[in-house]
Formats: sequence, structure tokens, C-alpha cells
Amino acid sequence: MIQLWMIIGYLALLLGLGFAASRFFRGTATDYMLASHTIGPVLLLMSLFGTTMTAFALVGSTGAAYRAGIGVYGELASASGIVHSLCFFVIGLPLWAVGRRHGYTTQIQFFRDRLQSDLLGLLLFPILVLLVVSYLLVGIVGGGAVVNSITAGAFESSGWFATAGHGVPSWLASAVICGVVLLYVFFGGMRGTAWANAFQTAVFMVLGLVTFVTIANALGGTDRFLENLQIATQAAESSHLTMTKMPRAVFFSFLFIPLSVAMFPHVFQHWLTARSAQSFKLPIIMHPVFIMIVWMPCVLLGVWATGESSGVPAALDGMGPEKFNKVLPTLVKLHAGEVLGGLLSAGILAAIMSSLDSQFLCLGTMFTEDVVRHYGGRERYSDAQVVRLARYFVVGMVALTYLLSLMLPGSVFTLGLWSFSGFTGLVPLVFAAVYWRRLTAAGAVASVITTVGCWTALFIRSFIRSDIKPYTFPEQPFPVAGIVSIPKMLPVVTIFAAAAAALVVVSLLTPRPDQKTLGKFFSS
Amino acid sequence: MKPAVLIFVGLLLILHQDYWQWENDQLIFGAFPYALVYHMGISLAAAVSWLLATRFWWPEHLDRSSDAERERGAS
Repeated sequence: MIQLWMIIGYLALLLGLGFAASRFFRGTATDYMLASHTIGPVLLLMSLFGTTMTAFALVGSTGAAYRAGIGVYGELASASGIVHSLCFFVIGLPLWAVGRRHGYTTQIQFFRDRLQSDLLGLLLFPILVLLVVSYLLVGIVGGGAVVNSITAGAFESSGWFATAGHGVPSWLASAVICGVVLLYVFFGGMRGTAWANAFQTAVFMVLGLVTFVTIANALGGTDRFLENLQIATQAAESSHLTMTKMPRAVFFSFLFIPLSVAMFPHVFQHWLTARSAQSFKLPIIMHPVFIMIVWMPCVLLGVWATGESSGVPAALDGMGPEKFNKVLPTLVKLHAGEVLGGLLSAGILAAIMSSLDSQFLCLGTMFTEDVVRHYGGRERYSDAQVVRLARYFVVGMVALTYLLSLMLPGSVFTLGLWSFSGFTGLVPLVFAAVYWRRLTAAGAVASVITTVGCWTALFIRSFIRSDIKPYTFPEQPFPVAGIVSIPKMLPVVTIFAAAAAALVVVSLLTPRPDQKTLGKFFSS
Repeated sequence: MKPAVLIFVGLLLILHQDYWQWENDQLIFGAFPYALVYHMGISLAAAVSWLLATRFWWPEHLDRSSDAERERGAS
């Protein structure tokens, strides 16, 4: 019960932070959506990092390491350290510059202007919204699972929630998490989101390390920390201590997943909050180190959990794929005291909510900027009306996403992979828009349609071939001209390659873009 | 984008695909699996590479344009 009260206390604290941020609100739409471009290097580092670390990073990574071993760190953490910073440097910086110069708030404004195509904006809006919603689901499902696992047994004496193990049911926990994040985004806008992200990032990094030390000591049971680490590691399944559970080609294809950050609408919005180009330096340098600080403990915890002495295999015995979401909370529940367990659950929730807030806000921003103001006219609505419309749209989308989450019991890790694969398919578009003068509107449209087509076909196919885990494409090694064989890889590689090919081929087959437009975006 | 940045990133990505030590079951200090320590090294090497990139290959023109923009805003 103590854990439940601590979670409630933490959620109340966040609400307070959101209301405090709302006192600095300047009343303009730019302030609500971009914090008036006032975010410096430290806050940008914390908010960008908090935004990219989700339930996927904490709950998902521990569950994935429980399933596939230590290779999960290389698969995503070290790969993200290289690729995320590359995206900030190569895509984020130029987009920030062009966004400040031309007053963009969303990616679609940039693409419409760069390619002089309203159709492209119309096509991208529903796709980006759907992909953000699928990403939101990762946080909402993960958050509900964590709270349910941590609070299991809290209501045993009253007899409440028997079907949810006498803990707070996932559906109720998810609803409360959505409600709290919604409220501080509603009132605090981007400033509240950046403050809350920075605070929550600090919380989950510190508490993540505390969890690691606490559980290591509990599993080892001696007074010496190194000895405890040795006992915990040596008790784990030996196959989980090498990379052998990781097919090499699948490991390679995971390099494409972190590319998705270049097309996250909420990350674009955070880029635009930067006060100056210099603000980007700290996030670019420190992002790989921060990832290491969060992922290393989570992956080791997942590996330790495979040992019978951790108690996790017995506790999760007989469960379906949702058991992977419960590895971290089960470890915490079994091996941390009640007070620490409560604090640690708050840390896990912090990581989850620090992504949800930016995603909520970007949905409202996209709706008002790309639909309402674009089609209704920029002068027609006052700033107050725009902010109000953004808030209403966010409430509607969150309600819809929440309802979807109730029908979706899948693994957070798999869900995240599909969402990221869709965003990665759009990366050739943003890269070409920044660097390739020959890109045409037709090439861009063809690339987006190819991404959607490939993603949908492979997603549906993954249900048909439910025997292949994780789903790969090609499903079997594919011989080419009897010389080489294309190995089994994640679908993201096919989506990315097809989208890039469509973009290049159609651009080269269609007339060159207008020189006047190119002059706006490229120096001579 | 400067070619040196691409060379650094390319090198890191090659080192990242460490197929030659796939079955290495060595434990560093008896507690940390070798593959994990190797990839933590990649994370740190990435941070150092980005430090060099921002120090020596930074697009200075972006700083100048944002300074100009601030001045315009102030006037």
C-alpha cells in the first residue's frame, strides 16, 4: 500500500510542476508549442533524452534481455548512441536553422514549403498521427503493466480487484497516467513539458541506478557489492551472457531502428525549442553516455532475472507474451523494500511519462498548425483559440489511444519496433529534403506511399506468420542469382530500402524542382 | 556535413558489428559479460567522437545565422 501512496504522491508532484510552468505562460501559441525558443543546452539535453527514453527503454529492454540476453544492449543502446546523435547533428541542426528562419512549428510545414506540395502534407498528417499514436500505446500499455505488477496484493484485505491480482488494474493505472500527463501538458504547454521531462529524466536515471545496486545486493546477499554482482551474473542462464541468442543479420538490421528519431514529430518540436545552434552541442555529446547509464543496468537486470534464484521465472510461469513487460516490476517487487519499491516505480513511470507528454503536445501542435491554421487561414484564429483547439485535439486523441490500449495486450518491445519501423521508412524523405536538391514532390509522395504500403503489408504478414519471433523479412534466406543470399532481417530494412529507392527513382524521372524554392533552402 | 564526421561514424558502425566475438563468454571481473563491456566502450567512443565533431567540424554558419536572428529580434 505504501508503494501506491508513493506513486500517487509522485503524480501529484508532476501536476504541481505543470501548474508552476503554466505561471510562466506568455499566452501565445509559439510559447505554448515551442516555449518561445528559450531552451538552453542542459534543458535541451534532459528533455530530448527524456523524450527518446520510453517504456521501450526501461520495461522493454529488461524484458528483451530476459528473452534474448546481453546482446540487447548492442542491438539498441550502443546503436542508438551513435545514430541518435548523428540524427541530431545531421538532421536536427539544419532543421532547427531552417525552422527558425522560416517560422516552422511542425515537420509538415517544412515539407510543404520545401517541396511546394499540399498533397504531401495531406498524406503525411494522418501517417504521422497514426505512428505517434502507436508510439503512445507503448507508454500507456507499459505504464499500466508496471503499476499493476508493483501494486499487486495491495488490496488483498479489502478483496478489491481480484482479477488484477488485488493490485491497481492496468486499465485504471493507464487511465490515471494519461490523465496526469494530459493535465500538465494542458496547462504547462512546451515549457511545462520540458521542465517535467528534465525533472523526470533526473528521477529515472538516479532511481534506475539505485534499483540496480539494490537488486544486485539482494540477489547476491553479501556485504560486498562486486561479489553480489558476480553472484547475480553467474546465476543467470549462461546463453544470456553471450550474443549467441542474437541472429547476426537481425542484429545488423537493428541499426535502422534508432534512425526513426530523425522523423519523430515530438523530437522535431523539441529541436525547435533550442535557443541557439550551440544548445545542440551538449545533447549531441552526452546522449550516448546517458543511454549507457540507463540501459546497462536494465539489460543486466533482465539477464539476472533469468536465474532461478531471482524468483522471476517462477513468478512469470505460464504467462503469455505480456510477461516480458513484467520482468522489471517483478524484480523490484521481489527484491526491493516497500519504500524503495514505491520510489522505483515512480522512476519507471517518470521514464514513461517523459515521452508521453511530448507526444501529446506534438499531436495538438500538428492539428492546429497543419490542419486548422493551414486550411482555415493563419489570421482567422487568435492565439488563445489555437491553444484551446490544440488542447481539445490532444484530449480527443489521448482518449482514443487509451481505448486502443485496452484492446492490445502485446509486448511493449514488439509494439515499439513496428512504430519505429514506420518512422524509419520516412527518414530517406527528411534526409533528401535537407541535402538533395534534386528531390521532387512526386519523389517524396512516392516514398511516403511506398513506406505505408510496405509497412502495412509486412505488419499484416507478421500476424499470419506468428510462428516467426521476432518477425523477419525475408522470412527465410533469399538467394539472389545463386551467388549471394539475403539473410533474415527486421522488416525495417525492407521498408527503408524500398522508400529510399522510390524516392530516388521517381525524383529522377520527374522534372527538376523550381530554382526559386531551392534558393530558400540551399545556399548557392 | 564534413567527411571526417562520416568517417568517424562509419568506423563506429563497423566496430559495432562485432561478429568475431559472438560466442565470447568471458566475464570481466567475474561480473560483467564481455559483449556488454565492449558495447559500453562503443557508447563512450561515440560520445568522444561527437565531442570531436562538435569541436572541430561544427557548422559555424548556423551560429552566425542564429546570432543575426537574435539581433533582429532585439531591434
